[in-house]
Amino acid sequence: MASPSKHEEEQITEGMREILSQHEKDKSCLIPILQVVQQTFGYLPRIATQKVASHLGMTDVQVYGVASFYNHFRFIPLGKYPVQMCMGTACHMVGGGLVLEALERTLDIKVGGITEDREFSLDRVACIGCCGLAPVMVVGEKIYPKMSPAKVDEVFVNMKMEAKRD
Amino acid sequence: MEIENTKSNIFLCNQETDMTFDEIREKAVAEWEPMEQDGVPVIRIGTATSDRASGALQVVEEFEKELARLNVTAKIIRTGSVGFCNHEPLVIISKPEYPRICYNNVTPDMVPRLVEGFLLEDDPCMEFALGTLEGGDGTPPHIPELPRSEYELRLLLRNCGFIDPENIHHYIALGGYRALARSLEMTPDGIVEEIKRSGLRGRGGAGFPTGQKLASCLKARGTPKYVVCNADEGDPGAFMDRVVLESDPQAVLEGMIIFAHALSSHQGYIYTRMEYPLAVERLKTAIQQAKNLGLLGDNILGTGFSFDIEVFQGAGAFICGESSALMYSIEGKRGFPRVRPPQSIEAGLWQKPTQLNNVKTFASIPVIIDKGSEYFAGIGTDTSKGTAVFALAGKVENVGLVEVPMGTTLDTVINEIGGGVKDGKRFKGVQTGGPSGGCLPEQFLDTPIDFDSLKEAGAMMGSGGMIVMDEDNCMVDAARFFLDFTVKESCGKCVMCRLGTKQMLSILEDIVEGKGKPEDMEQLVTLGEDIKAGSLCGLGKSAPNPILTTLRYFKEEYEAHILEKRCPALVCRNLIAYYIVPEKCYRGCEHCVVVCPSEAITQHSKRFKVIDQTKCIKCGNCLEVCPQEYNAVVKISPISEVPDQVEK
Repeated sequence: MASPSKHEEEQITEGMREILSQHEKDKSCLIPILQVVQQTFGYLPRIATQKVASHLGMTDVQVYGVASFYNHFRFIPLGKYPVQMCMGTACHMVGGGLVLEALERTLDIKVGGITEDREFSLDRVACIGCCGLAPVMVVGEKIYPKMSPAKVDEVFVNMKMEAKRD
Repeated sequence: MEIENTKSNIFLCNQETDMTFDEIREKAVAEWEPMEQDGVPVIRIGTATSDRASGALQVVEEFEKELARLNVTAKIIRTGSVGFCNHEPLVIISKPEYPRICYNNVTPDMVPRLVEGFLLEDDPCMEFALGTLEGGDGTPPHIPELPRSEYELRLLLRNCGFIDPENIHHYIALGGYRALARSLEMTPDGIVEEIKRSGLRGRGGAGFPTGQKLASCLKARGTPKYVVCNADEGDPGAFMDRVVLESDPQAVLEGMIIFAHALSSHQGYIYTRMEYPLAVERLKTAIQQAKNLGLLGDNILGTGFSFDIEVFQGAGAFICGESSALMYSIEGKRGFPRVRPPQSIEAGLWQKPTQLNNVKTFASIPVIIDKGSEYFAGIGTDTSKGTAVFALAGKVENVGLVEVPMGTTLDTVINEIGGGVKDGKRFKGVQTGGPSGGCLPEQFLDTPIDFDSLKEAGAMMGSGGMIVMDEDNCMVDAARFFLDFTVKESCGKCVMCRLGTKQMLSILEDIVEGKGKPEDMEQLVTLGEDIKAGSLCGLGKSAPNPILTTLRYFKEEYEAHILEKRCPALVCRNLIAYYIVPEKCYRGCEHCVVVCPSEAITQHSKRFKVIDQTKCIKCGNCLEVCPQEYNAVVKISPISEVPDQVEK
């Protein structure tokens, strides 16, 4: 996974200055701070976590130790269209696993990965609580209910067409 | 998910903190009562997360458009969810002279007919209706036309789908915060006694008597004391807490404030899953609105008592639903459960006395204080009082939330309320309690649902997830699925949990792949018992449950997988083959060929299609697209049973 470009690094540094100015130097703020960092950049860039560590008087590895414990925090970027497949019980029981495989095939990446052009990333997500619409896929903030392997192609063809229009 | 604030001018009313509770209530009632009595129709549209996923926001937009176009005056209330997931989007229309009518599965193209037909004219469009709504208004709502209403008692869900969760006046008008006002005049001991007398047991899964926990925390020495709400509903398949938080958040806040008053606590936290962004947003709105009315924050209702609540978002760790791990997470640490003693009521958050309870437990407190402990204790069984809320999902007709008095049988919940197994399939089992729970077969359907009876059967009530399985579900695969989840979520602290569950999973994977050995079954039982004994927290102690119960009640499925390399439910990929029956194949269509991702389907000289078993990846696409009138694609297990290739 390529490291951020110089321009991206500058953006991250600037962003972190803003974020840290709004948080106290209190270790119990670690998780909320990391959540804001992830919300801002889509992931936890290395230089960002280093800055969080020095802000809170912790070591780099201590911050990494906490961040890596939690599934939500990612260390590689999200795609422009972040695809998440619900892996809850209800979704699994009605074939969610087959949809996930279809997604891997269509996007040509494995779970946890991101396409070369950074357009699509693919992750599992723990149950989002819409079990009546299983199997459920989420792309960004949009929920796609009652997915099936055959529907996957159709959804992504439409998405790519919309992306071209934008 | 799209977060949208409804128009409420509560945010602007900062000057109201000098009002007494009676004045606040009067104002709320003055806003609520005319709503259905002033001759203007009211349209309630559910807008919780699952409603939105079904297209509820487009329905709202369409109503707004049609009302404007036809110049009809009506009030739209964006409510939370009633919990009838298979009927969403759900719309409830109240028009003077008519009962309230519920319309289900409403789409934007139905809206013009509803507006023109019912609101402009007098045709209630009964072809779209699910039934009429009775109750609400502070009493348990129900739809009398539906058979389920005979068995349900929507106590915790009393306001869900009926009020605007982003307008505190609705909650207050229907009796909200009356319990708080009453409790502020009670002593701490008085509050404890009332909760004890109600018989309330924790709704987070363990079922510990809430009154006893509160009494211990009251006695504990040390300040400050904290009140924490566990809203980290991590069980896959459970969404009860999500619905309560998105549809009636004030009920949870009120419960917390009452406990805080009893404990003289000044700070509370609600630990919410970050996978529930709408719940987080609605909680924050609810907190601000309660503060604006002096019901939360400094000097609550002029009594000098102050209590603040902060929403803390989780970061995707299931183990943080365990109370000690949750508290470490709030402290900014990894969520590792710790050894007890000391109990969290003595030394929890920052080693201070902490009262931690589940969302539904807190939502029960206003009911108990307002209506009295006797009322609550009059519902349910001798040892399990009140109601139980379940998220019924899986292969059942009526997927959604169910609330029944404790003691109702599984059969009633699944068949009378749930509408039975869908598509005419045969019931196989029901899984309760999420990954910590067990799978129970048909002979247990008469088991009453309460904390103790389910435990006897080897399952547990847990926090309320209930998944129904049919003949097409493989119990070995189900066990593997739950264990896979627990392995991923194990924090790693205890050797038996960390490595033992991995080993169990490895054995199960061998079984579903056709590499199982007869001694595997005994090995799973031994490992399972050892993991239970050697684990510190609930996750490890209950991880083997799905495997142990399926081994106990569905042994023949394990034996088929191991001894015959056969999956009776035709699920396990390595043990099944897809086959196109030549006599059924239409020969004139190419549906299956087109969707096969590995180009495994070719045409025989006699024009029916043939699957090359060496290329087939068992994705299931061909089965899905083969037109219903031909149904030519079948699954066969064991693979040795696949008929020989017809000669070209």
